[in-house]
Amino acid sequence: MTDRIETGQVTGPPRAPTGAIRWLRENLFNTWYNSLLTLVIVWAGFNIVPAMVDWLVLEAVWHAAPPEACREAAGACWAFLHEKGRFILFGLYPYDEQWRPTLAVALALGLIAVSGDRRSWGRWLAIAWALGIVAIALLIRGGALGLSYVPNNQWGGLPLTLGLSIVGLVFAFPAGILLALGRRSDMPAVKAVCVAYIELIRGVPLITVLFMASLLIPLFLPQELSIDKLLRAQIGLIMFAAAYLAEVVRGGLQAIPRGQYEAADALGLTYWQKMRLIILPQALTIAIPPLVNTFIGFIKDTSLVVIIGLFDLLGATKSALSEAGWRPMYKEGYLFIALIYFVICYSLSKYSQALESRLETGRRARR
Amino acid sequence: MTVDTRPRPAAGSDGPATAPGDPIIQIQGLNKWYGDFHVLKDVDLSVDQGEKIVVCGPSGSGKSTLIRCVNALEEHQKGKLLVEGIEVKNDLKNIDAIRREVGMVFQQFNLFPHLTVMDNLCLAPVWVRRTPRREAEATAMQLLERVKIPEQADKYPGQLSGGQQQRVAIARALCMRPKIMLFDEPTSALDPEMIKEVLDVMIELAEEGMTMVVVTHEMGFAEKVANRVIFMDQGEIVEQAPPSEFFSNPRSERTRQFLGQILSH
Repeated sequence: MTDRIETGQVTGPPRAPTGAIRWLRENLFNTWYNSLLTLVIVWAGFNIVPAMVDWLVLEAVWHAAPPEACREAAGACWAFLHEKGRFILFGLYPYDEQWRPTLAVALALGLIAVSGDRRSWGRWLAIAWALGIVAIALLIRGGALGLSYVPNNQWGGLPLTLGLSIVGLVFAFPAGILLALGRRSDMPAVKAVCVAYIELIRGVPLITVLFMASLLIPLFLPQELSIDKLLRAQIGLIMFAAAYLAEVVRGGLQAIPRGQYEAADALGLTYWQKMRLIILPQALTIAIPPLVNTFIGFIKDTSLVVIIGLFDLLGATKSALSEAGWRPMYKEGYLFIALIYFVICYSLSKYSQALESRLETGRRARR
Repeated sequence: MTVDTRPRPAAGSDGPATAPGDPIIQIQGLNKWYGDFHVLKDVDLSVDQGEKIVVCGPSGSGKSTLIRCVNALEEHQKGKLLVEGIEVKNDLKNIDAIRREVGMVFQQFNLFPHLTVMDNLCLAPVWVRRTPRREAEATAMQLLERVKIPEQADKYPGQLSGGQQQRVAIARALCMRPKIMLFDEPTSALDPEMIKEVLDVMIELAEEGMTMVVVTHEMGFAEKVANRVIFMDQGEIVEQAPPSEFFSNPRSERTRQFLGQILSH
């Protein structure tokens, strides 16, 4: 250390040493094995990064071109996205009407972004959501106001992925909370039903739930009461997510000290007031990290609807890749949707971090 | 500014009428078990309106359990317990009626950490008593002045000292204008220098005529405030007497031993 503090002259913590070389020494070369790791990583970087840049950028085909043109190039075939990008993004949705799902997605993301700010919460936001949902449904489905009707077996791509995710979470989250409360209920029947449901669903892979929702439910229902494939898949996803979210919420509930329940009881709050005003706000705050974890997992899990023949992002990509000539371009296709998934999930994760730190600063203990 | 924290007249519009002189809490032959452990054994106790009772005894003697039975935080299995003439049993409607009349202060404060002090105080009046928010806030502010921390209204509990938190907890219970206040070792979790500020608030409250049942080991408080001191051991009431008699001339050997232990230093 360069700056010494003389005794009797304590003015504050010693200044942290600065300088790039010091930083390197302290972080990358502080022990022999860290030095070794640093060298290995640098060596690997030198070997991998140039090849990556070559393939992704320098040798890639950037302009619209037939698949034959790509075969001669050594790099990525972005021409594939020129040709199939819109199909991946919108699936079988009629080409000339694709502005409608685009607008609907923008509307949904806008509403979600505004709702992310707590200051906007209020009556106007509720009205905006009500109008927004009507507008989104109208845009996607059509059949009124001069918009042509688009049946839901033509919906696909990003709007379908987002739709399944958002609608799924909007229903699964409250259902999960109720299941978690039910599992901790004093009423034996309620508790038994919730435990059985959660354990049953968690014990089964999502694919199975989706298959059952799509194949078995129609067998049991009377003929005239047929629910279409998309709705069945959505119900399957909700049922699945609710069970997982219930366990996450239960974890949060268990972290709340008994004194909080007793104080609420002693003040005469009813069960639902106690839960809504005292217990859940605290339990859900604690559970934000695992909740967001489950949300993110769920958004990616919606891609499994591909196995029952829905054209979500992944389904549309697979379908685009099945066309003659474009089959070898799977790297480009999957990279493209990976990027989309990453942007969605990463922003969700970032938002949850911001939310956590804001809730934390509001009530930080002095100690 | 002074606030009327005195109990509302017993013949108020909400809650059954109790004739003056009738005990406000009546306990007869109360028994409670935790599994096989017999916590309360045939406890009889009656508390008059305006009376201040201090309950003491070694840990595990059942004193906390006893007062927690009064507002049904604990269930009793045998015996009769009447609060304001309403019988406490496993009937949700009765329990709600009783909890509205009985305020409770806990050892660990149990403030709601996600709400500001003001919101902690207004919550129950607004949701349980349906008091308009503005009115509830005015009452809350007056009570915060009473417990001498009006400037902390917008802080969160975690930003306050232990003594301040416990005073907020007392104000929160008073916001419901209860007729009875229960204190479950209110100073046991506090640093020594904060005990006095909490006891001062409790003494003021006692002087206003609040009916109080206090589980505590603060014998100075008992001497100054209590009408009766109750000594419990192993789930039984061993002795009850006015403080002067209780401290100077305890009748039972167990009481003498206990007093010897807590007053020796």
